[in-house]
Amino acid sequence: MENFVSLSERFKDYWEGFKPGKWQEGINTRDFIITNFTPYDGEPDFLCGPTDRTKALNEKLGELFRKERENGGVLDINTEVVSSLCTYPAAYLDKENELIVGYQTDKPLCRGVNPFGGIRMARSACEAYGYKLSDKVEEHFEYRTTHNDGVFRVYTDEMKLARHVGIITGLPDAYGRGRIIGDYRRVALYGVDYLIEQKTLDKKKVGEGTMDVDSIRLSEELYQQINFLNKMKQMAQMYGYDISMPARNTREAIQWTYFAYLASIKEQNGAAMSLGRTSTFFDIYVCRDMERGLITEEQAQELTDDFVMKLRSARHLRTPEYNELFGGDPMWITESVGGITTNGVPLVTKGSYRMLNTLYNLGSSPEPNLTVLWSERLPEPFKKFCAKLSIDTDSIQYENDDLMRMEYGDDYAIACCVSAMKVGKQMQFFGARFNLPKLLLLAINGGYDNVTGMKLGPQMEPVKGDKLDYFEIRVRLDIYREWLCKLYVNAMNVIHYMHDKYAYEKTQMALHDTDVDRMMAFGIAGLSVMADSLSAIKFANVRPIRDENGYIVDFETTGDFPKFGNDDNRVDKIAQSIIQRVSAELCKNPTYRNARHTLSALTITSNVVYGKKTGSTPDGRKKGEPFAPGANPMHNRETKGAIASLNSVAKLQYDYCKDGISNTFSIVPDALGKTDEQRTENLVAILSGYFSNYAHHLNVNVLNKETLMAAYENPDAYPNLTIRVSGYAVNFHKLSKEQQREVISRTFHTAM
Amino acid sequence: MEKCRYSSIQTLGTLDGPGVRFVLFLQGCPLHCGYCHNPETADINGGNEITLDEVMDQVIRCKSYFGKKGGITVSGGEPLLQARFVTRLFQRCHEEGINTCLDTSGCMYNADVERLLAVTDLCLLDIKMTNDEDYKNHIGCPIAAPLKFLEMLKAHGVDTWLRQVIVKGINDSEQSVGKFGRLANAYDNVKLAELLPFRKLCSSKYEELGKPFPFAQYPETDSELIKNLSRFIDKNVQP
Repeated sequence: MENFVSLSERFKDYWEGFKPGKWQEGINTRDFIITNFTPYDGEPDFLCGPTDRTKALNEKLGELFRKERENGGVLDINTEVVSSLCTYPAAYLDKENELIVGYQTDKPLCRGVNPFGGIRMARSACEAYGYKLSDKVEEHFEYRTTHNDGVFRVYTDEMKLARHVGIITGLPDAYGRGRIIGDYRRVALYGVDYLIEQKTLDKKKVGEGTMDVDSIRLSEELYQQINFLNKMKQMAQMYGYDISMPARNTREAIQWTYFAYLASIKEQNGAAMSLGRTSTFFDIYVCRDMERGLITEEQAQELTDDFVMKLRSARHLRTPEYNELFGGDPMWITESVGGITTNGVPLVTKGSYRMLNTLYNLGSSPEPNLTVLWSERLPEPFKKFCAKLSIDTDSIQYENDDLMRMEYGDDYAIACCVSAMKVGKQMQFFGARFNLPKLLLLAINGGYDNVTGMKLGPQMEPVKGDKLDYFEIRVRLDIYREWLCKLYVNAMNVIHYMHDKYAYEKTQMALHDTDVDRMMAFGIAGLSVMADSLSAIKFANVRPIRDENGYIVDFETTGDFPKFGNDDNRVDKIAQSIIQRVSAELCKNPTYRNARHTLSALTITSNVVYGKKTGSTPDGRKKGEPFAPGANPMHNRETKGAIASLNSVAKLQYDYCKDGISNTFSIVPDALGKTDEQRTENLVAILSGYFSNYAHHLNVNVLNKETLMAAYENPDAYPNLTIRVSGYAVNFHKLSKEQQREVISRTFHTAM
Repeated sequence: MEKCRYSSIQTLGTLDGPGVRFVLFLQGCPLHCGYCHNPETADINGGNEITLDEVMDQVIRCKSYFGKKGGITVSGGEPLLQARFVTRLFQRCHEEGINTCLDTSGCMYNADVERLLAVTDLCLLDIKMTNDEDYKNHIGCPIAAPLKFLEMLKAHGVDTWLRQVIVKGINDSEQSVGKFGRLANAYDNVKLAELLPFRKLCSSKYEELGKPFPFAQYPETDSELIKNLSRFIDKNVQP
């Protein structure tokens, strides 16, 4: 620029009252937060309840939720236009009374169609709810390549087969991959114009180097990013806001941030569309406004409540098959709260409390997916507040900040359930998961899938003899693991190449640094079934039962064997080695855009579908029975109580599983103590103990199995019953009956 | 090698002593309480053996969960039957800085038990009935035994929580509960006197064992009654 004007000069009116720092020299949201936040280590007694306005608006929204429920889960679908930032007019629930505005489509809760991932998926989703995709949209996409088209042009026969038999399931090859968190706060802090300027400079710089495949792709991506930043401004304009400049106050900070998020969910229907880490950021604006006498605590809470109501209204259109894998209609609007700075100062502010307090003010709810970043150094009152909130609402989850901070610093957030990433600096290529027990069965049968009767993988004779031999099985597993990991990485490379090409997340990536760090997230399902099966083979007597063709279709296991979930090293070490070996094998295969391989033990609700597609296993699980979710021990095999169970999971090493290790813990209230005070204290002690053992994640449910059984029988009586399932929470009634039964069959830790 | 016979381990106990506790249920009991909810622990030859080192390994694995208040509780069965083992266990726990709690009927007293009290931080003592006749009819020892035990706890300065299971039609009168409350008041070392409801969740255990459930004919006690009766006790709040 000819006449250089410093940013702090340019945005003087907007930034007045903030402490200066590096954040004024270029995009650096983290530095803004660290420099300006006001830690709060006091009690939650400053919090305000909902105002009359909030209550009335929340009731109106609740009425829409009720209609949606009565309508079979979908209130309405706009089949006429394709979802994007400016394709719908402004929509309101109650224009006069909304403090934060903006809906995804032309009506609250009405779902838009987003065929960029795949037109068939969009079409069949409409049909599943009695709608028909308009001819206009169909015609438009007749001449357009979708992500799904691209993937299937390149998928090999073997990839299709692996997908068909269900050894790899849920790959994002027909829907948006999601798990990308835009740094939505940048829009509030810097305004869109500055972001466009920076991206324009980046694009120019790319053009100055060699134009090869990478730089050409990046240059086109930057073009799209800039284009969509402009559309974001237009979208806000439709609601009467100019977001080209930074936010001037709390209300604008929340509104600007929400517009950025809204633009992203209009453009993309990714599986998980997480929010990031906003509550302490907002609190900085609240503190400034309070100092200026512009806002009261009640108003600050009101704005937070209103923002959260908007988040609770976010919807995507899905097919029934999709819902089997990701039950409960989730959006994973994950908001990470708490954690500490790299210097050890808790990032807990009054804003953190306000965000969590929405569960009291608006009632319990699965969205946003509130995630407490747990550190031993969090203030005691905050720990207690969180524990009490868990006991009261079953709506929050905990992840170990003391573990993740080492890897991701102090401005990371959780995407989806358990996937940490530095906000605006890292993204991931989401990759669902493969089925470990099915891999074991495939190895035992020499490349024959005993559920579909199809052959895949290296071909050899099924295992011989009347007793499975542990070492023989381990050797076979090595062979099949190597084959599957290569296939899996290759399939992922195809998927993400095509996703970048045909369904690139330009809005979200515009809110990242241009030089972004990429991770490729692989996953495993059925960890405890696999560990227990190998333990049975090692310590008990497993006799294979063969069909008329000599293929092994069942097992007779006699004698006892150690089971995962009892803090017993004999089997826990097997579980550790499963993760280590998979992780090492994946890393041998190069990835698209040199992404770093990561792994998760997380299933969402797919543990039910995976189980359905898997034959009987040596641990005694019968064909078709569900797996345990995530890294959970198999239900009701834990004989020593909850802490032994937690200890087993805590042994799984985060170093090999940096995309997360999900554990869902259910306990009946009486087993947690006699009084509310005791229950809260005891839950804090349990969380502290678990996380001090380097565990990664815990979903906490404090409820009686009878409540779930009653809700299973009579769903209408429990419209708001929220439970944590696997890295996220759901309204129990939104799960399929099959998923509900599986949740009921899980271990509920009780008093003896 | 020091060993004990035990019935089970509960790594998360919150109802037998303060905070989060590791609970070891020992095997064997000389009493035959009509409402016993762990009938499988009665037979001194039942259960399994476990060594002191094995127990300690497991306790230490749970230590990080104990917080400021928690620790180990040894219950049963009647832990006094294996007092030597429990003494060694509590000594080892003290070496690790772990709080020790003994859950007992107080039905016996001897030199081994005396040594055990010296390493016990908290005793949960059941005063199962408030008169000798009920003790003889429903429990199987004279009331003098737990009363003497309470004296010895006082002599050793062991903090004590008294507990009584309330069964409708046996010990649910205001008079009986009042007596229980006054007993607690008479001892400075008693910090809490707690009423527990009679529950029949254990009846399936009796069926499995092929034993009759002696109190099958009594109704379960509702928590409302427990709340009402607790008003007749001064020391009714957990410290």
